[in-house]
Amino acid sequence: MRDRQASRDARRAREFEAFVAGAGGRLQHAATLLTAEAPDANPRARRLLTLALAHTYACWDRLRGEDPYDCARQYLATRFSRGTWHQYGAFGRARPHPRSPLAALAPQERLILVLRLYEGVAEEQAAALLGLPAERVHTICDRATATLLHPARTAAPRAMGGARVAPS
Amino acid sequence: MNRSEREAAARRIMEQAPAPVPPDLYGEVVRRGNRALRRRRVVGRLLWLLLCAVAVAFTVWAVHAHPWVEPPSQTTPPITGW
Repeated sequence: MRDRQASRDARRAREFEAFVAGAGGRLQHAATLLTAEAPDANPRARRLLTLALAHTYACWDRLRGEDPYDCARQYLATRFSRGTWHQYGAFGRARPHPRSPLAALAPQERLILVLRLYEGVAEEQAAALLGLPAERVHTICDRATATLLHPARTAAPRAMGGARVAPS
Repeated sequence: MNRSEREAAARRIMEQAPAPVPPDLYGEVVRRGNRALRRRRVVGRLLWLLLCAVAVAFTVWAVHAHPWVEPPSQTTPPITGW
């Protein structure tokens, strides 16, 4: 019994180390994009990444053929979308860093843009993960793309309160 | 600019300047993960213990109280001398 446990622990450690070595960089970049921090000063993104990977480590034996990267990504996204509400009012804590490429976007826009375009998650899957209708995800993704590509041009209509779809 | 071009441009913006992964990440992750596993194991054991305690308590009570026996009637006196 004890031997089996030990060998299982060793196997898990080996597989998990390979997984972190392979997927850690990409997940960290996604987390840094989500929190809109500078690439070299990202304590919140690191914390998110650590929690997501620790969750994956704890679930490793129960994954049974599921993709561990998918598990970590799901935990990262749901944890971030829950966390934005708590940190909404904190002064300066959640403010986007100007060196982040997604600094001009709201947290939800960043989340959907990262899931859809950077990670390549399908629209329906992203919608199910976040508990939103698929059309809403589509609209937010379009708007966020437009804001990202033309920050100055879309700033004025967005301030007027119109939900603007990107020009085609 | 059509949709796929816009998406490709946004992807390019997002993919620039990836930072290196901190070297102490793996140790911290394993420490936290092991702590979560241990906690989960302790909680599971406690729940099993609670279940066993409830089962034992129920058995003892049932053996003492005999809840399946019909209680003696309080309104009709027993019929004797027929």
